[in-house]
Amino acid sequence: MSDTLLEVRNLRIDGTVRPPGEKPKDINIVEGVSLTLAPGRVMGLIGESGAGKSTVGLSTLWYGRGGLRLSGEIWLKGRNIQTISPGQLRDLRGREVTYVSQSAAASFNPSIRLMDQVIEATILHKIMSKSEAQKRAVELFGALSLPEPEDIGSRYPHQVSGGQLQRVMTAMALCPKPDLIVFDEPTTALDVTTQIDVLAAIKTAIQHTGVAALYITHDLAVVAQVSDEILVLRHGKIVEHGAVQQIIEAPKEEYTRALVSAHSIPHEEKAATDNPVLRLEDITASYEGKIQVLTDVTAEIHPGQTLAVVGESGSGKSTLARVVTGLLPPDKGRVLFDDQPLPPALADRSLEQLRELQMIYQMADVAMNPRQTVATIIGRPLEMYFGIRGAEKRRRVIELLDQIEMGESFIDRYPAELSGGQKQRVCIARALAAKPRMIICDEVTSALDPLVANGILKLLLNLQTEEGVAYMFITHDLATVEAISDSIAVMYQGRLVRYGPKSEVLTPPFDDYTDLLLSSVPELRLGWLEGVVQNRKMESAGF
Amino acid sequence: MIRLAAQRIALGCLLLVAASVLIFAGTQILPGDVAQSILGRSATPESLASLREELGLNKPAVQRYLDWLFAFLSGDLGTALSNGKDIGESVAGRLGNTLFLAGWAAAFSVPLAIFLGLLSVRYQDRTPDRMISGLSLASISLPEFFIGYLLIYFLAVKLQWFPSVATLNADMPLGEKLRTIALPVMVLTMVVLAHMMRMTRAAILNVMQSAYIETAELKGLTPFNVIRKHAFPNAIAPIVNVVMINLAYLVVGVVVVEVIFVYPGMGQYMVDHVSKRDVPVVQACGTIFAAVYIGLNLVADLVSIISNPRLRHPK
Repeated sequence: MSDTLLEVRNLRIDGTVRPPGEKPKDINIVEGVSLTLAPGRVMGLIGESGAGKSTVGLSTLWYGRGGLRLSGEIWLKGRNIQTISPGQLRDLRGREVTYVSQSAAASFNPSIRLMDQVIEATILHKIMSKSEAQKRAVELFGALSLPEPEDIGSRYPHQVSGGQLQRVMTAMALCPKPDLIVFDEPTTALDVTTQIDVLAAIKTAIQHTGVAALYITHDLAVVAQVSDEILVLRHGKIVEHGAVQQIIEAPKEEYTRALVSAHSIPHEEKAATDNPVLRLEDITASYEGKIQVLTDVTAEIHPGQTLAVVGESGSGKSTLARVVTGLLPPDKGRVLFDDQPLPPALADRSLEQLRELQMIYQMADVAMNPRQTVATIIGRPLEMYFGIRGAEKRRRVIELLDQIEMGESFIDRYPAELSGGQKQRVCIARALAAKPRMIICDEVTSALDPLVANGILKLLLNLQTEEGVAYMFITHDLATVEAISDSIAVMYQGRLVRYGPKSEVLTPPFDDYTDLLLSSVPELRLGWLEGVVQNRKMESAGF
Repeated sequence: MIRLAAQRIALGCLLLVAASVLIFAGTQILPGDVAQSILGRSATPESLASLREELGLNKPAVQRYLDWLFAFLSGDLGTALSNGKDIGESVAGRLGNTLFLAGWAAAFSVPLAIFLGLLSVRYQDRTPDRMISGLSLASISLPEFFIGYLLIYFLAVKLQWFPSVATLNADMPLGEKLRTIALPVMVLTMVVLAHMMRMTRAAILNVMQSAYIETAELKGLTPFNVIRKHAFPNAIAPIVNVVMINLAYLVVGVVVVEVIFVYPGMGQYMVDHVSKRDVPVVQACGTIFAAVYIGLNLVADLVSIISNPRLRHPK
């Protein structure tokens, strides 16, 4: 075998966008990307969304999503896959190169048992007989530490959890003994506590099988754990390429340096005051009286401060926000605003009460009417709460746009003409327009790239200082918590497991769950993953 | 899942009863009653009264409905007013004929529609897809009597391949029967094909957007196998739904086709008796049609419940 498995030469990928009502436009997605990968090596592809990471990954299977056009040369095991026939290409896919996608839940056929899907490619390409393939699949399930490896294959996708499905998909990619696996953000959709298990499983599997891999992610800390080298992409071009250690310890390019230092916002904790702006008393809530989601939650938020509510998906964070806003009246307990009880149901609250409490959502795109301009979107609360109209309204909107560091030139744009970060800023301005005492931020940075998210966090902190607004900041990202909060509430299965000022919550001794949560956050240093896994093994062995 | 299925079946039965009430009420609203229809011009107040007494028309409507319902359930459909024949007997033969025609039309149109649907997904937005869409749309846009007469003109009159009149006898051999009903089967196939084909295409295309289709493509499956193994099984529920609606149409809606080809089926039987104001026959036919419609849709519901892996294999 030669010492080069994959060589991409001058890859270029183009697509066609069809904006409604306009002529189709050709756009360039990736240009001039070249890389080489030796057998058994792992290369991390990193960059923000739209950088062309997935597109480059899929090009090694000569696959263009949604009619993308690929050009350039891709040499795999000494042959140019651009020039091979469709039949030969099908033979390559699923035999020599396999793919693990971001959302395993969507990538499994819901009506076929897992085992049949896992061994499908292996049997299709006649790599093994059916019984051999099944035997190998069971071994892989065991190696990826899936529960009941003998049995899990007989289940359907919906009967298995998200983290387990992601590992089953890894087994599916490993089963035909490929030369190269493309991992496309395999842990991004998972909770931190689940992510670490999947990450460890993937790393072990790569080491044991000696397969080469392209590991695509936007999280530098994650990619540093599994890769040998890192390729930084931006706007479809290569920014920097180097060994992991060089990239994270001595990045050469400005952009890489920014990526490495993202999430380092210093924030001094503010002391609690006497009069909380919002107080939650013994909140117990359920959906349709059946599924109890919150149990006895008591917490308070002080004026001009931030309470971060952390926990994994399903812990009841967003339900808490629904209770505060009145969308879900609690079964038990009260919500006090300025020491006055708020009516439990939204419909019973006064306009003034509504004004004091605003909300910003995770998905800025769907939180705005796509057919309204920025002026209308931000102007609406001005009109509704203060009756400001006409030129005065426009003047206020411009003021708000200045506050969110965007400026007047954006006033007549539609949401579709804004970037992800700009959309979220407009949503912040809309919340701010009501001059609220408190804003609930529900995962406002989760859908954004690290650098953009950083900008949003800084903006929120500045606005807090200027306007004295309090935040209830819901997130699953512990790094964000550290950057923005004054006090923290850790939620697990609908209960507060830990609550207090930031310095107290983040200082040992920890309870078991907080410990698990904190130790699962990937750190940007080599050997972090091994260290954590080793620690946990020791602990469970009773050391 | 069994509970859900039982619910659907119970609901179907309830719906059928409701339909029979509606049909019964409909016949009551019509001006005049059975006694008047029977006596016609020779009606005198006395003869009307005595006939009403005899037929039990003086009883309250609810009681008459219940009497009719229980008789219907025990298989007694009553007697036709116009010729005094037992409705049950006449319907049995007619219904058999209609089901024979509908069955053969279904046997051709359903597999053909699904195959064409798969084919147009495979060649989406390319020539085969456009041709299939165009032809099937054309055939659905033409009224069925027009297609019927076109076929009669070309295939029966000009080419003389098939008889233009589909008179069926019980003692014909099967081959002869099939030749006899060839033209109506063609017309029916053309009428229902487009709807089923297009829904199959839409349902599969919808599934083709899923991430697991990409997974299958990246495993190296051929395009047709991707559709057959991964897309089609997940599109079954909507496809079965549209197939069942069309099967119901084949049984219930063939009136026009039966009239064109003088085919001795239910539709023609009903049309004949509507024109004779033979209320009991219309009532019986209406209820049978309702039962067919509800029954087939019930089957579609059950299939979509069974085809859903989440319901079939709960957590």
